[in-house]
Amino acid sequence: MLAPRALVLRAPGTNCDHETARAFELAGGLARRVHIRALVARPAALDDVQIVCIPGGFSYGDDIASGRIFALELRVRLADALHRFRDRGGLILGICNGFQVLLQTGLLAAGAGGEPIASLAHNDSGRFIDRWVPLVAQPGPCVFLRGIGQLELPVAHGEGRFVTGSGAALASLDAAGVLALRYDTDRDATANPNGSQADVAGACDETGRVFGLMPHPERFVDATQHPAWHGRLDPSVAGAGLTMFRNAVAHVA
Amino acid sequence: MLWEVDVHPKHAAADHGARALVAGAADIGVAGCTQARSSTGWLIEGDLTAADIEKVATAVLTDPVTESFVAAPLGAAALAVTPPGLPTVVRVLPRAGVTDPAAETARAACALVGPRPVAVRSVRTFWLPPLPEADVRRLAWSLLASEAIHDVVVGPLVLETLGSGRTWTYRQEAVVLDGLDDAALDRLSRDRCLALTVPELHAVRDHFRSLGRAPGEIELETIAQTWSEHCCHKTLTSAVDHEGPAGRISYDNLLKETVFAATRSIRHGLGSRDWCVSVFRDNSGVVRFDGDHDICIKVETHNHPSAIEPYGGAATGLGGVIRDVLGTGLGARPIANLDVFCVGPPDTPAADLPPGVIPPRRLLAGVVAGVRDYGNRMGIPTIAGAVAFDPGYLGNPLVFCGTVGIMPRDTAAAEVRRGDLVVVAGGRTGRDGIHGATFSSIELSSDSERASGGAVQIGHAINEKTLADFVLEASRRGLFHAITDCGAGGLSSAVGEMGAALGAEVQLDRVPLKYAGLSATEVWISEAQERMVLAVAPADWEALAEVAADEGVEVTAIGSFTGTGRLVLRWEDRVAGELDCTFLHDGRPRRRLRSRHVPPAPVPVAWREPWPMTGVVLLDLLAAPDVASKEWIIRQYDHEVQGASAVKPLLGPGAGPADGTVIRGALGRERGIVLGVGLRHTLGTLDPWQMAAGAIVEAICNVVAAGADPDRIALLDNFCWGDVKREESLGTLVEACRACHDVALAFAAPFVSGKDSLNNVFAWTDRDGVARERSIPPTLLATALGQVDDVARTVTPAFTAAGQWLAIVGRTTADLAGSQLERLGVVRGGRVPAVDLGACRTQVRAVAAAAAARVVASCHDISDGGLVVAAAEMAIGGRLGCRLRLADVPADLAGTPAAARALAVGCSESPGRFLCAVPADAVDAFAATMDGTTWAWVGEVTTEPVVQIEGFDGAVESLPVERLAAAWRGAAREPATAAGSDRASTAGPSGGAR
Repeated sequence: MLAPRALVLRAPGTNCDHETARAFELAGGLARRVHIRALVARPAALDDVQIVCIPGGFSYGDDIASGRIFALELRVRLADALHRFRDRGGLILGICNGFQVLLQTGLLAAGAGGEPIASLAHNDSGRFIDRWVPLVAQPGPCVFLRGIGQLELPVAHGEGRFVTGSGAALASLDAAGVLALRYDTDRDATANPNGSQADVAGACDETGRVFGLMPHPERFVDATQHPAWHGRLDPSVAGAGLTMFRNAVAHVA
Repeated sequence: MLWEVDVHPKHAAADHGARALVAGAADIGVAGCTQARSSTGWLIEGDLTAADIEKVATAVLTDPVTESFVAAPLGAAALAVTPPGLPTVVRVLPRAGVTDPAAETARAACALVGPRPVAVRSVRTFWLPPLPEADVRRLAWSLLASEAIHDVVVGPLVLETLGSGRTWTYRQEAVVLDGLDDAALDRLSRDRCLALTVPELHAVRDHFRSLGRAPGEIELETIAQTWSEHCCHKTLTSAVDHEGPAGRISYDNLLKETVFAATRSIRHGLGSRDWCVSVFRDNSGVVRFDGDHDICIKVETHNHPSAIEPYGGAATGLGGVIRDVLGTGLGARPIANLDVFCVGPPDTPAADLPPGVIPPRRLLAGVVAGVRDYGNRMGIPTIAGAVAFDPGYLGNPLVFCGTVGIMPRDTAAAEVRRGDLVVVAGGRTGRDGIHGATFSSIELSSDSERASGGAVQIGHAINEKTLADFVLEASRRGLFHAITDCGAGGLSSAVGEMGAALGAEVQLDRVPLKYAGLSATEVWISEAQERMVLAVAPADWEALAEVAADEGVEVTAIGSFTGTGRLVLRWEDRVAGELDCTFLHDGRPRRRLRSRHVPPAPVPVAWREPWPMTGVVLLDLLAAPDVASKEWIIRQYDHEVQGASAVKPLLGPGAGPADGTVIRGALGRERGIVLGVGLRHTLGTLDPWQMAAGAIVEAICNVVAAGADPDRIALLDNFCWGDVKREESLGTLVEACRACHDVALAFAAPFVSGKDSLNNVFAWTDRDGVARERSIPPTLLATALGQVDDVARTVTPAFTAAGQWLAIVGRTTADLAGSQLERLGVVRGGRVPAVDLGACRTQVRAVAAAAAARVVASCHDISDGGLVVAAAEMAIGGRLGCRLRLADVPADLAGTPAAARALAVGCSESPGRFLCAVPADAVDAFAATMDGTTWAWVGEVTTEPVVQIEGFDGAVESLPVERLAAAWRGAAREPATAAGSDRASTAGPSGGAR
C-alpha cells in the first residue's frame, strides 16, 4: 500500500515547510511542499493527497494581519476545492500561521453563514514570544489529538490570542467540544503565553478532521529539541509532537 | 481618487499602540498623557469606487471579530471624529520614497478583490489628550516616529496625491579635479560625501588627466564606493610602521601579515587534513562540515545606520549578512543568525545624553525589534548573541549581525564567465541608502540624523525570503555561474566586483525602479535592500526567469560580462560612464601609516572597605547589565524555527543561559554546528592585546564548553575602532591584530572571515558650546564556529542532578582591572586578567577530552562576574543548588588582603577557565582527562536549590536559587517604548506570528 500523502502548502513568507514536511515523513507519510501559485494553477493536485497542512511562517509578511492574505487567496481561489477535499474525508492541519489562515477561511470556528467567529489577535504582551508551554488536550472528535493528554510544545508567535466575537460564540464552541487543545494553567499558572480566552491553544471543526493550533508540534519530533533534554530525556527518542503527525497518517492509511 | 481607511481595535484593551504610547510617555516624563487611542490606516489612491473601498476594507484590511473600520475620501468628516477627551490627532506616515512593506502588501492584496490601486501608503493615527504642542512633538518624535524615515502631521492630513516621482532627464555632470588644491579636493570629497582622501583624489585626477578628460559624476562615485573603507578595508590592509611593547615592527600589509598569516600557517600545518574551503575571499568564510556539506559564516556591522534609525538599521544589517551567506559560492542556505549589541548604560540620565543621541534603552529596544522582525520573518533562528554596556558606546552604538549557512560540498567556487548576463533579482531600486558605503566610513555627528537620512534603509523581509527561496531553487538547478549580494555601494559594488576581471556593460535604464525620477548615478549606487546580482549563461536565462516567476520574484537582465576589462555604464543609447577595471580595482594608492602603542600607566589596586559579603556582591553581579538575563530579547526571537536546535540559548528547567548554542546541520543527521561569541569590551582601553585575546579565548571556551571539537573551530574577527587616523588609536588596532595572530596559532583555530568598522567617532557640541568628540572603546567581537560529531554529546551549563562533584579547570588570579567587580566599585585598578596561551590551550583540550569521554554532566565557561556567577547560572538553569569552597580554588593571591581573598577568587575573570559538574561515578575518569592541567574539586551539586559559598574563613553564605534568579532576571526589563520600537511597520507592535 502507498504511504499516505501530505501536501504542505506554502506561500511567500512560509518558513516552517521543511521541518513540517519532515515530521509527516517521520510519521510514515510522504510529504510534498507545494507553492500556492502551483495549487491555484492546478487545484486537482488535492485529489492526489489525503492531508493538507498549512505550516508556520509569515505568509505575505503578515504585514496587515497574520495569515490575512493567504486566507483571502484560499477563499477567492480555492474555497470550493478545499471544501470538497474536506468533505471527501481529507485532513487539514494549520500550525501557527496556518491556524490563523484556517480561522479566516471559515474552515474552522465559522458562524452559520460561514463567517469567522473567532480570531487570533495580538498577544496581550504586545509582542512576539518564543517559549515552551504546558498543554492539555481534550481530543473529542479531533483526529490529530487522539490519545494525547498532557504535553509540552513551543509557541513562537506575536498574534496568538484566541478571541471570539462574543461570550455566546465562545460558549457555543466550547459546548461543541471543538476547543480541543488548551494551555495547561492547572500545571503552570503562567502557561497561557498570549492571553487567549479560555486558554485555547488549538481548535478543530465538528468533523474533527480540520485542526489548527498555535504551538508547533513539528518542533518537538526529536527529544533533543526540548530545552531541558540534557540529563533528563533520552536523546534518541521521539518528541511528543510527533504523535499528532502519526495520528494523521494512521487515520488516512 | 485618494481614499483613507482607518482600522480601529474594537476594545481599548487590545489597542497596543495606545498602551505603549501611554507607558512611553511616562517613561520619558511627559505628564498628562494618561490615555490615548490609535488606529492603523491606509491611504489608497486609484480608480476605486466607494463600493470597491468598502470591499477592500472588509475583506483585506479588517478583522471582523476584533476590529472595525472607517472608510472615506481623505479629509472626509467621518475620518475626523475624535474619541471623547482625546482631541489631539497625530499622524505618522513613512516619507515619500521610504520603503513601506505593509503598503506594498496591501496594494497587491487589493487586486484580489477589485481594481489594483495606483499607490498605497500606511499611516498610523494617535489620539491624545489636550497637551502643550511641545509635548506632542516630543511624544511623536521620541516614541512614534523617526526623523530619518517618517513625516509627522499634527492635525488633519492634507494630501492631493501620494505621488510617484517624475521621470529623470538624462544629463551627465563632469567633475573637474584639475586645478583644485588639496584643501579644495578635501572639501569636494566631503561635500559629495565621497570619503576619498586627497592622495586618492590625486590618483583619480592623474588617471583621468591621462585620458584627456574629467571624470563624470557616476565614475567618481563608482571609484568612491569601490575604494571605500567598507568595501576594501584600506586601513587594515595598509603598510604600517608600528611601535609597541614588543618593539618596532613594520608591516607591508597589516591584515595579511597578522590575521591572514595565522590562517595560512594553520592550513599549511594541516596539509591534506586542511578543512578550510574558502577564506577571506567570498562573501563569507567556508569550511568543511560533513561528507555532503560545507558550512559558511559571516558577521557584519551596521553601526552608523543603527545609531540614526535603530529599527531599520538593525533589520537591514541582518538582511545584508543573510544575503552575504546566500551569495556565497553558488548560494548557501541560511540556517542560523546571531546578534551582538554594544550600547550606552541603560540608566544613562537624559541630561547626560549628547544632543541627537537616542537613549540607550530605546535604542536597544529598537535594534532588538529590527532583528526580531527581520530574522523571524526570514525563518532563520537567532540562536546566539550578547549585549554589552559602556558609556563609550553612547553616541555610537555597535550592532553586529551574523549568519551561518550550509551548502552542498564543493560549491564554494563560483566563476563568472565571459558572455554571462548581468541579472538583478529581488526588490526594486529606490533612493534608499544612497552613500551607505561612504557614510559608514565617515564619523557620526549630532546632525547625522538630519543630514544622512538618505543613508538609512528600511528592510522588507518577505522580499528577501522569496528572493532566498528563488536563489536556492535556481542554485539547485544550476542556473547561474556566480552570485553576490547588493550591499554597500549597491550595483556599483556588486557588478564591479563580479566583473573585476572580465569587465561588464550595464544598461542602467533597464533596472526596475520603485518610482520614477532616479538619476543614472542614483540607480548605480542605491543601496535598496533585498537585491542580488547573478551571472547567468544566456542559455539558462529562460529557465531562471521561470523559477523566479514561480516564486514571485522579479528578475531583469541589465547587461553582460564582456571580457573587455572595462566597466561601461549606459543609459538608453548613451555611455554614462566608462572605467578601466584595472584602475578601478588596483589603482588606489597604497598608504604607509605610522602607529604607536604605549600601555597606560598601571593603577595600583585599591579595595573599597569594608569588604562586602560575597553573596551580596553576587546578587549585584547577577543584576549588572552585562551579566543579567537577556531573556526579554531572546524570547522575542524565534530561536527554534527550522527545527534544528539542540542546545538553545535558554535551557534547563529553569531557563538558564547557554555558552555555545548548537543546531544540527541537516535535519535527521547527528552532526552539529556550535556557535559562540566573545567580547571583552571593558578591557579595550586598558590593554588592546588582552582585550582581543580575551575575546577570542572566550568565544573558543563557549563552543568547547558546549562540546565542540577543539580541532574544528573556525574564528571570525569584527574590529570596531575609533579614529584610526590617530597614531595611538591605530596602535591599539595593530596590537589587537597581533593578538588575533597569536591566539589563532596557539589554538590552531583559523580565522575564516572578518570585517572592520573604523572611525566610530561621535562628534557633538556640548551645552557650553564646546565642540567635543568621543571614540568608542577599541572593540573586537570574536565569533567561534565549532562542530560536534553528534548533538547527543553536547553539554550545557544547567545542573542535571544532585550529588555531582564540581571541578574548576584553570588557575585563578587576582587581576581584576576591567572586571564586573570593578564596575560595581568594589575594587579599582590592578592588572587586567591576562591570557596565558599555553595554559588556556591545555585547559580547553582537557575539557574537550572530558566531554568526549562523557564524564561531564554540565559545564560552564567562567567569564563576566567570575566563578560565583557561573555557579549561580548553572543552578538557575538546573533548578538545583550547589556548595562551593573558595579556598579550594587554585589561585595566585599574592598581595591580596586576607579579607578580600573570597571576592578575588569568587569574582575573578581570569580567562580560559571552566566550572564542570561530574557524576560521582565518573570522578576518577574525569581526573584522568585533567592530567597536566591546573584544576581542583571545589564543591558539589545539591538537591536543595540554594547556592552555598564557603569562604576562606570557613563561614558559609547561603543564597536561595530563587533569589539569585530574581536578581538575574530583575534587570532584564524592556523599556516601555514599544510604540517606537516597531515604527517601520504600521501593522502593530508585535510583528505577527510564525
